[in-house]
Amino acid sequence: MSDFVMPSLGADMEKGTVVEWRIKPGSAVKRGDVVAVVETLKGAIEVEIFEEGTVAELIAKEGQEVPVGGVLARITRPGETAPAQPAPQPPLPATPQPKIPPPIISVTAPSARVKVSPAARRRAAERGIDPDRLTGTGIDGSVTLADVEAAPAPTPAEAALPKAAKPRWGFEPSEMRQAIAAAVSRSKREIPHYYLTTTIDMSAALHWLQAYNKERLPDKRLLPAVLALKATAKALRETPQLNGYWESGAFRAMERINIGWAVSLRGGGLIAPALRDVDRMTLPEVMAALRDLVARARGGGLRSSELTDPTFTVTSLGDRGAESVIGVIYPPQVAILGLGRISKRPWVVDNQVAARPLMAASLSADHRASDGHTGGLFLDALDRLLQEPDAL
Amino acid sequence: MNESDIRNLIFDVLSGIAPEADPTKLAGTVDLRAALDLDSMDFLNFVIALSKRISVNIPEADYPKLFTLNGAIAYLAK
Repeated sequence: MSDFVMPSLGADMEKGTVVEWRIKPGSAVKRGDVVAVVETLKGAIEVEIFEEGTVAELIAKEGQEVPVGGVLARITRPGETAPAQPAPQPPLPATPQPKIPPPIISVTAPSARVKVSPAARRRAAERGIDPDRLTGTGIDGSVTLADVEAAPAPTPAEAALPKAAKPRWGFEPSEMRQAIAAAVSRSKREIPHYYLTTTIDMSAALHWLQAYNKERLPDKRLLPAVLALKATAKALRETPQLNGYWESGAFRAMERINIGWAVSLRGGGLIAPALRDVDRMTLPEVMAALRDLVARARGGGLRSSELTDPTFTVTSLGDRGAESVIGVIYPPQVAILGLGRISKRPWVVDNQVAARPLMAASLSADHRASDGHTGGLFLDALDRLLQEPDAL
Repeated sequence: MNESDIRNLIFDVLSGIAPEADPTKLAGTVDLRAALDLDSMDFLNFVIALSKRISVNIPEADYPKLFTLNGAIAYLAK
């Protein structure tokens, strides 16, 4: 028998709310199965299990808030027999399920913004209910899935009321802000950053990309970010001291190269889920994975492992951002690459000044885990790899 | 497709990409990327959706013609 506990989905997570179980007692589970949807400050995440067995008991109830490490379910391992009696219930570290009074639909629009859980918001949309008009029974008065389920169906008059402006999906910007604040504060408190910057001539990469895209329909085209990601992964192969975690006072190098890609969310906020094994993917595979990941980061459906898997992060400002960016390391990772907007600027080629598309690349790295020499080798490798896009 | 159909199609696609915005309120001459905070992935998704919905290939070299509402309508009406 083993406990399936609330996972930590990042340095900034302290607790989560189980919004939906995808398993029940008796269900067989295996590594990688999505077993629950958990609401975090970063929105609703599909939580995977990493062991094999049979669900003996669900400990946490839907709607219940559980701290990281709190028991969610008990799993019987293969070969074990389920105990005749249920194991004694461990003390629940979480707040008890509140009694649910009948919800009322307020006649006037609320003056302050009502907190609505992502799952509740989606269900409300399905039922045609405006969740911002419900009275919440959740923690801090937030509207929970149960509130939405219990709400009466909208009358035609209510259905015709204009909906309050709100993001279509997801997270509470103010809570997301707190999660980011916690992570970057820890980073700047604990990690002695060092910074290196360089400028990369992107002519060869963009020229190659232009020719590649010219022959393809829009949905088969690549973005410059894809070349940068693949080059980053290959450069990390050469400098493994930057790919891994600082844990318990020591650096642990990771074999897989899972690059966290920083995605800015509409309505504010930031999340950097993993593109896995970028070094082993072809460029079209990286592009497909990137499109899928960005869509799910913004629209919902990220998996728990995608938040915990990154071994290195890239933050890219795209084609309209600032000229350069110097990132804050996401603990326990030990480095982050910042890519500025590619723009034409003067550059010396063959002793002549020429207008070239340039990209500022910066590396912020944890000085406990590596020295500037290693960081410099990484940026050199990145530059070199981007000069040979054919080989990426 | 007439101009009005194209305009509605563009609004429809944009509201899928930037759900919090109301593209119908945009002036025809502003840069959509700036007004709706579209990054390069958003803009590519805009192009992909338009090219699929009206079965037309939009070469990368023509992207700048789609940066404004008026430009996009004129380009797609051709």
